[in-house]
Amino acid sequence: MTHLTNAEIQRYSRHLILEEVGMAGQEKLKGSSVLCVGTGGLGSPLLLYLAAAGVGRIGVVDFDVVDVSNLQRQVLHGTSSVGKKKIESAKERILDINPFVQVDLYDQPLNSENALQTMEPYDVVVDGTDNFPTRYLVNDACVLLGKPNVYGSIFKFEGQCTVFNYAGGPNYRDLYPEPPPPGLVPSCAEGGVLGILPGVIGCLQATETIKVLLGVGETLSGRLLTYDALNMKFKEFKLRCDPETKPITELIDYQQFCGIPANGHEQRKNAEGGIENISPVQLNSRLSAVGLQLVDVREPHEWDICRIQGATLIPLREIEQRLSELDPQKETVVYCKMGGRSKKAYVILNGKGFGRLTNLEGGIRAWSKQVDSDMPQY
Amino acid sequence: MAVISLPTPLRPYADKSAEVEVNGTTVGQALDHLTEKFPALRKHLFSEDGSLRSFVNVYLNDEDIRFLDKGATKVGERDALSIIPSIAGG
Repeated sequence: MTHLTNAEIQRYSRHLILEEVGMAGQEKLKGSSVLCVGTGGLGSPLLLYLAAAGVGRIGVVDFDVVDVSNLQRQVLHGTSSVGKKKIESAKERILDINPFVQVDLYDQPLNSENALQTMEPYDVVVDGTDNFPTRYLVNDACVLLGKPNVYGSIFKFEGQCTVFNYAGGPNYRDLYPEPPPPGLVPSCAEGGVLGILPGVIGCLQATETIKVLLGVGETLSGRLLTYDALNMKFKEFKLRCDPETKPITELIDYQQFCGIPANGHEQRKNAEGGIENISPVQLNSRLSAVGLQLVDVREPHEWDICRIQGATLIPLREIEQRLSELDPQKETVVYCKMGGRSKKAYVILNGKGFGRLTNLEGGIRAWSKQVDSDMPQY
Repeated sequence: MAVISLPTPLRPYADKSAEVEVNGTTVGQALDHLTEKFPALRKHLFSEDGSLRSFVNVYLNDEDIRFLDKGATKVGERDALSIIPSIAGG
């Protein structure tokens, strides 16, 4: 049994006077361990509160470095941490909040080779990842190891939270047997996310984690909680074990399963093939070419942030209706923020007889890095 | 008329509506009516073979239609349908 020191008793006094926690519960938290996969939007509030609550051992998995565009929502990291390893920044912040926590760092992307070994020492795993392959990997590994998986995910203004694989309850594959095909669902980097949203969902995950560790209250196991920040609505749906779901017996190739590379962000490469790319530098030299059509397929609110001079704005969702504004005989270049939507536009235009067609590789983001450093990056 | 709630990612394909009123006495008919109103939604909800995509769940009130009668599940005037797709951001 782990005992609390006098300093710890003072620190956790507001917990100790709660009947549901008390000395026994707080000692239980001190003796327990949680692995947090991802230190981004969800991982930030999760780690802050799990550390403050006195979870004795916290494992942190991430391979990324802090980018300035993370700070709008990843409140674990600060401006002074930009460029630093996220796990290092996380450790500093956790130990500043609570020096009594043991922090284990895993500077790696989680994959089928290391997942079981990484997760094995922990009582609970919390999923704060940002992509489908890692979410299915975390789920399957938790099922194989018999560990609860506290799940949260976010997109734009909406979030979901539940507890998987707890006390014989359902897992992620019971909720969604398969991931969406690549390209159909944009990532937060492409689609955007309200900065406060992961704060709400991450705090729900932290609450569920503490409840699972303490064995108190009624968890979200068997219930999917959804949150719509724009309309401020919480809804709850029943979540059941699906008898049609195939049993999980081993870890698989999750990139292949999802058809996209894990740990996506900007590294996501064209999976469709057959698309001809043009680099920002090449495009810059072609821009003055007579008759070049440059088509920006982003949304008007993105166009307001920055644009390449000479471009025409036709959002991807309107492109089929507005084909008459373009000349299929002309040399055409399509671009978006990072190259995902413009590939879809490419496929549409290619099917409509645009013969001299290229896609700006890496989108306007790559353009701003390689050609126009005065252009803001978002 | 039943009401279908749409999630944020699908609203751009439905004139930005969060809720749409639809006709039909079954879930299948209600979804058909929804995609007749907003044809761009169809490919996001259904695969090419016409089946509901496996990363899109449809709930009648708080129950997943996969555990009811799927598309044949009866829908009453006061029932609420919700479409909840898989999201992965974090």
